[in-house]
Amino acid sequence: MAEYLIKNGFVFDPVLGIRGDQADIAIKDGKIVETNAITNPKVIDAAGKTVMAGGVDIHAHVAGPKVNVGRNFRPEDKLFGYKPRNGIERMQGGFSVPTTIRTGYNYARMGYTTVMEAAMPPLYARHTHEEMRDTPILDQGAYPVFGNNWFVLEYLKNHEIENTAAYIAWLLRATKGYAVKVVNPGGTEAWAWGLNCENVHDPVPYFDITPAQIVTGLIEANEYLGLPHSMHVHANNLGNPGNYTTTLDTFKLSEGIKPKSKFGRDQVMHHTHVQFHSYGGDSWANVDSRAREIMDYVNSHDNITIDMGQVTLDETTTMTADGPFEHHLTELNHLKWANADVELETGSGVVPYVYSPNIKVCAIQWAIGLELALLAKDSSRIFLTTDHPNAGPFIRYPRVMKWLMSEEAREQQFDAFKHKDKVIEATNLAGIGRELDLYEIAQMTRAGPAKSLGLAHMYGGLAPGLEADVAVYDFNPNEPYAPDDIEKAFSNAEHLFKTGVQVVRDHEIASNGNKRTLWVNAKVNENPQVMRDVKEKFLRYYTVTLNNYEVTGHYLPNPYVIEVDATQ
Amino acid sequence: MTRTVTDVICPFCGTLCDDLEVVVSDDEKDLLEVYNACAIGAEKFLHSQAKDRITRPRMRQEDGSWKEISYDEAIEYTARMLTDAKKPLMYGWSSTNCEAQAVGSEIGEIVGAIMDNTATVCHGTSLIAVQDIGIPSCTLGEVKNRADRILFWGCNPAHAHPRHMSRYSIFPRGFFTGKGHTGRKVIVVDPRPTDTASLADVHLQVEQGRDYELLDALRVAFKGEKLPDFVAGIPKEKIYEAAETLKSGRFAIIFFGMGVTQSLGKNHNIDEAIAVTRDLNEYTKAAIMPMRGHYNVTGSGQVWGWLFGFPYAVDLSRGFARYNPGETTANDLLRRDEVDAVFVLGSDPGAHFPFSSVKKIYDRPSVAIDPHETPTTEVCKVHVPVAFVGVEVGGCAYRMDNVPIETRKVVEPPEGMMTDEEFLGRVLARVKEIKGV
Repeated sequence: MAEYLIKNGFVFDPVLGIRGDQADIAIKDGKIVETNAITNPKVIDAAGKTVMAGGVDIHAHVAGPKVNVGRNFRPEDKLFGYKPRNGIERMQGGFSVPTTIRTGYNYARMGYTTVMEAAMPPLYARHTHEEMRDTPILDQGAYPVFGNNWFVLEYLKNHEIENTAAYIAWLLRATKGYAVKVVNPGGTEAWAWGLNCENVHDPVPYFDITPAQIVTGLIEANEYLGLPHSMHVHANNLGNPGNYTTTLDTFKLSEGIKPKSKFGRDQVMHHTHVQFHSYGGDSWANVDSRAREIMDYVNSHDNITIDMGQVTLDETTTMTADGPFEHHLTELNHLKWANADVELETGSGVVPYVYSPNIKVCAIQWAIGLELALLAKDSSRIFLTTDHPNAGPFIRYPRVMKWLMSEEAREQQFDAFKHKDKVIEATNLAGIGRELDLYEIAQMTRAGPAKSLGLAHMYGGLAPGLEADVAVYDFNPNEPYAPDDIEKAFSNAEHLFKTGVQVVRDHEIASNGNKRTLWVNAKVNENPQVMRDVKEKFLRYYTVTLNNYEVTGHYLPNPYVIEVDATQ
Repeated sequence: MTRTVTDVICPFCGTLCDDLEVVVSDDEKDLLEVYNACAIGAEKFLHSQAKDRITRPRMRQEDGSWKEISYDEAIEYTARMLTDAKKPLMYGWSSTNCEAQAVGSEIGEIVGAIMDNTATVCHGTSLIAVQDIGIPSCTLGEVKNRADRILFWGCNPAHAHPRHMSRYSIFPRGFFTGKGHTGRKVIVVDPRPTDTASLADVHLQVEQGRDYELLDALRVAFKGEKLPDFVAGIPKEKIYEAAETLKSGRFAIIFFGMGVTQSLGKNHNIDEAIAVTRDLNEYTKAAIMPMRGHYNVTGSGQVWGWLFGFPYAVDLSRGFARYNPGETTANDLLRRDEVDAVFVLGSDPGAHFPFSSVKKIYDRPSVAIDPHETPTTEVCKVHVPVAFVGVEVGGCAYRMDNVPIETRKVVEPPEGMMTDEEFLGRVLARVKEIKGV
């Protein structure tokens, strides 16, 4: 493989602790190496430019059944933006739910190299893997959902952690999954009867278990296995006024639990798209920001990480395994509604949504997301996401960076709101002058998510030995710049290396890369009870046979298996 | 000695049964018996064993007779035909695996083809309706485990999806449905007294072409508003009763078929049926599902969804994907003389398209890729026989509820036969050479 030397760039790397100093980055055999370890490199002149590790997205809906529902039922999402085939680039369409090809290329254009699919219904795992296979460049993994799974509900009702863990290990292997995802614990099972679980103590119909028991049990099972990532939760009561108390109740379920993982993470709970979970008030008329209460908790508890779920003020497509929420949303905006309940496992819904700057609530949501990041004491525990495409499409990450880095940009946006005064009254943002720097952005988009995923040994930094995922942006942090310059530069990486292959050269896609699919193979002691339960459920209740359930090798042409041994 | 292969997936209809058992000979060349399948599915497996099966590509001669050609020649003809054409139609894609569909999609992208699948004469109208109003649906296991109200509208699974009723809808005992069919109420809406209707608790014999009115009447009845004495030939008392039956269930499911998608009203019927389902969710839990026909028509919509963003009628001729049913659909293009070459794989338009369209296929350079001799192969210039997907080669297929299942290879294809994916892969390579990409 070619050797590269990226010379004289302003490097921002939380792993090495470099805050914009000029440094050289060397690449050899797909890894970052010491600069004296290369002999005849191609030299990239990065003088006057910003150099960071490849971006890591911990939570985006980019592949799988509900994403494809979004594509197929929204032809209007393809209007105007289609890009024809050109050179090595295949044709690309879609705005909020882009085609897989565009997903890969657009992440690469932003300098991202690793993207985790946030919710994989186990029965549809093949579909998710087929789409990831057809997403070029990116390293990807997918989180199977567990929070409404009948096995989990039955085991955790009796607090059977070992059995839950054995089942998780089995399902991760069967679906080639990466982590334990929980969406509206219990609520989606309730939705199979048209009901919901609205707080952590609301019992699940028939199964007689509470969301709190599910979350706690899954954290414990996750730590029993010592998986790379922690339990990754989307709590109950998403998107409702006054829901911040449910969020705090959910956070508290992690108290006193310590990580038991050799993958270097410090958290036992990752709570996703917290913006949607930080609302006060008791109706849409008086909804307000509770980002301060939320961040007070997060700042003082270091066994939690979160991501933003920043609203970008676009027309987008919401999609989640939180089936009851999507029904609630279609009742609210009267747009088309797709729903898919999945036997024994989960459910999901898809509804288009317009976050209009003319609507007070949308503007409040926008402010809350930014407040979360700006009130964080430690930027390496809160990650930049838009819960793509729920709060906005991922191509807006550079715009979110602009808002985070520039008070002027935020003021411009405030001025564009129809109900500016009401929004300022209901939120804290106007009183927050903090502007993040690129080091903090690198924490939020690189080092932080990589560590939380248990992948700090591969991604998120520029230390020798890590994967050679390196982005060069045409942005000089030491020269004066306008807020829009940030967005422009970070939307359009000048160079990008992915495991040592140059995939973007001079702002153009230069290679389809060497895409890998990550999954976790957790070894557990033989557990005859769980295997008997699995056999019985497939025999009696599933509509596919056990032998036709497991995702086999050819769906992952280039797998990267992370081995975990929990047999001790 | 023989060997029994279990958990075999049936590559016939959208029910995609995956519990077949197939007995094969010791050398894995002959398929001897098929268990658990319906009559149609079993025949599909056994038919692959026909001794008079065509095993090499053929080209039509001037005098109308066939001449055997090599696969290389067939690949060359196909690649040349597609690259020479200004606007080729690549149609079918429903009886093959997703792997082949993906390769075919890339060919279509390079040659600027119009990609259309059998939904165009089937559930394409349902796909349009979903784009209008969405679709609350579920997997078939939800029906098995929960549903106590089953409504079949304009479909006849007893004949078209023979194991649907026993595996998923009427008879199975699931987790919350331990009483099986005795715990379920079954309503059939059909102008004909079908074999499915004979199993129903209630048969609403709607007047032909008046489905929209009856669907609308149900929505009125849900709200307890006034109905005229008869709607679509059904007395109002029966409509109120049916509405009450649906509302009083714990979980209602509507299955619908060609009777509503391709009769008067088309996509508007489905709009209304989905609106009925949405309304029902105000009172109880309800879902709706199209009874997809070919075993992997759903998959082709999925593959094109993630590659292009549209489930059928995808026009790639301008270098980017467009979608405009009525303009970019196969029959409309053929009858308006807008396509100048026709490639068919995994479908039989010769048997199912209007004769006016079939004549246009006959008039053009054309290739049919199909394991069988069909009416389509009879009108095409070149016929390329291939291995049977799901019998002689595996690959992914999507059930009618979008659940992907990997089909199995149970026997070897006749010696030297190519699979869809191999043939398309060779055509793709040749097309790239010709186009210089």
